[in-house]
Amino acid sequence: MRLHLSPEDEAFRDEMRTFFTTQVPQSIRDAVAAHRELTKEQFVEAQRVLNAAELAVPHWPVEWGGRDWTPLQRHIWREEMQLAAVPEPLAFNASMIGPVIATFGSQEQKERFLPATANLDIWWCQGFSEPDAGSDLASLRTTAVRDGDDWVVNGQKTWTTLGQHADWIFCLVRTDPTADKRQRGISLLLFPMDSPGVTLRPIELLDGGFEVNEVFFEDVRVPSENLVGEENHGWDYAKFLLGNERVGIARIGSTKRMLTDAKEHARGITVNGAPLSEDPYLRARIAEIENELLALELTALRVVANSAGGKPHPASSVLKLRGSELQQAATELLVDIAGPLSVASFAGEDSDVPEWAQAATPSYLNYRKVSIYGGSNEVQRTIIAGSILGL
Amino acid sequence: MEFSYDDEQNGLREAVSGLLARAYADSEQRRAVVATDPGFDEKTWSRLAEMGVLGLPFAESDGGMGAGPVEVSVVAEEIGRVLAPEPFVEAVVLAGGLVSDLGTDAQRAEVLGALAEGSLVPAFAHAETGTRWEPSARSVTATADGGSWRLTGVKEPVPHGARADVLVVSAQLSDHGASGATRLFLVQGDAEGLTRTAHRNHDGTRSAKVEFAGTPAAPLGEGTGDQTAAIEKALARARVAYGHEALGAMETALTTTAEYLRTRKQFGVTLNKFQALTFRAADMYVSLELARSTVMWATLVVDADGDVVAAADRVRLQTSRASRHIGKEAIQLHGGIGVTAEYSVGHYTSRLTAIDHLLGDGDWALARLAATVDQHETVDPLG
Repeated sequence: MRLHLSPEDEAFRDEMRTFFTTQVPQSIRDAVAAHRELTKEQFVEAQRVLNAAELAVPHWPVEWGGRDWTPLQRHIWREEMQLAAVPEPLAFNASMIGPVIATFGSQEQKERFLPATANLDIWWCQGFSEPDAGSDLASLRTTAVRDGDDWVVNGQKTWTTLGQHADWIFCLVRTDPTADKRQRGISLLLFPMDSPGVTLRPIELLDGGFEVNEVFFEDVRVPSENLVGEENHGWDYAKFLLGNERVGIARIGSTKRMLTDAKEHARGITVNGAPLSEDPYLRARIAEIENELLALELTALRVVANSAGGKPHPASSVLKLRGSELQQAATELLVDIAGPLSVASFAGEDSDVPEWAQAATPSYLNYRKVSIYGGSNEVQRTIIAGSILGL
Repeated sequence: MEFSYDDEQNGLREAVSGLLARAYADSEQRRAVVATDPGFDEKTWSRLAEMGVLGLPFAESDGGMGAGPVEVSVVAEEIGRVLAPEPFVEAVVLAGGLVSDLGTDAQRAEVLGALAEGSLVPAFAHAETGTRWEPSARSVTATADGGSWRLTGVKEPVPHGARADVLVVSAQLSDHGASGATRLFLVQGDAEGLTRTAHRNHDGTRSAKVEFAGTPAAPLGEGTGDQTAAIEKALARARVAYGHEALGAMETALTTTAEYLRTRKQFGVTLNKFQALTFRAADMYVSLELARSTVMWATLVVDADGDVVAAADRVRLQTSRASRHIGKEAIQLHGGIGVTAEYSVGHYTSRLTAIDHLLGDGDWALARLAATVDQHETVDPLG
């Protein structure tokens, strides 16, 4: 048992902090900190800065740009990135399809896709959920039928995040409707979003933003070499991918940054002649969230310390569950500090309502998503009850 | 930052857990022990002494084992796991810790050696009715009488105060120009003018009303300076150790509840078929693991001699919330049997409730943390 970082890890942290706070354009970091919607160009620029420094895909195999870091170093990398308000490498590329292709793809697919995926030359989107297949993903109905050397895809996906920017989609399709278990008849296909027969419809969210989309497929022809791994084994790859999706999902650094902002904003608001930051109830509320966040960060450190080379630590399911709750608690806190200003969501630059207060409620509403995506919190409770408590 | 135990620490855990599993194989054995005074088993206490457990944190030159807070935490967890009523945290960590920190060479040799051997039980007489969870004394006063000191006033409730062979008593100095200062004194169990009235607590342990009427007392350590800061630090270490005792108790409360859900049948099926119940058990697990992380970290802060007082406040807040959540849900998920004295799980809730209030509860700690929340941007455990 040891309290402090080793000198090597301490130096590593300093290196990360220095890079993120000096090499990623300030305008992009400001936009993240202010909860502004990033443009496609900002995402791409940030990821290319990281990739040029070999910091975009450190968890990939070394051959394809990985860094062979310890789990603790990966944790530090991610937390420092969030603390510095650096946009993380696009999850669909870096955490999802990249590792799947690196693990299950053909040599040709690796060479064709991995360098472009790391550099965000290809922007990927995720074709998983369907209107009738949410948490119950295995009930998906989009089909792919063989026709000569092609697959012909028909059906619909939904919740396709940032699909409006995407060049390619990785898509779960049913290739054997007669399989005895519905998980067995699923395959994973890759195809361009500008393929004939692909239609995208944006879905407006509560915050007024367009983050997610519906995607429709009508006789979309996909060459057979775009199948990942083996036919009808797509469910295995999906599980592998979703396991990676939960890595780093606690977003502790990001919540810390929101709490720091909350304290700062509370100093600038006067209530009954005194700064709101001196209100004992508000202070207690912040102190309680901070204590929960400390417990979560320490849990993350316990998990990464015990994940090297083996199965994930059982407590890892706690990270998604409580991590999402604390992100939501922080956004709620910001709305309450904004108080009456929180209503003026789209008052704009000419308004005296500060930008953070304008953004507070849309962020709070948008962040309802974090306890739903990546395996809803109810799915996490099912995992804890089933695989940890044996219930 | 590293959270794994070494082989020796794992060996210690196995040894203590084995000893306590024999002493408290089922909750009936514990019920029998706490039904009679002094509320714990003297034989088990002696066996713990033989194993070296009672001298763990003290210097070898004082008769101890020279081990650290991590070893202490391992023992406290095993105590909590079976709800052993032996006063490990009270006598070794708190009362013994104060003597170890502040006592003269002679006092340390006299008290700690005998404590380690199991022949002397010390208790910290500090609480006074009308105040709460302060490091200083108010109503018990110490008056110089020639070369010696006499104490007057009442301490209550004093955990294990009637059984104790020696009391470490906090008192306010009433004269000598040092008025207002709090200092500690040693009072022998057979001292004149000492009256002790024992009673049973809801968790089966014993406390006492301890009255001093011009009772002779020996100052702990040299000088007449204020010892409040030293008391605060010793209390903080005890809060962290209690955190580990609570972890052991919460873990058993959860595993007992999970086992019950797997076996108890209603409506023709076992209770684990009801998602309304299994989700609540999952939330108990979340509370337990988050509390475990904070408590383990705080022990490392004690080990590194960091800001022990602040770390202990964080432990109190996190374990207070977790132990109330787990303790209440453990009973509710059991149903009526959870409220009976004949079944084990309710006793865990009772003990967790006692631990929560002995040295400061969650809201008390939160008020202290809230007072300093504006003095840092973020809380960073990696320093």
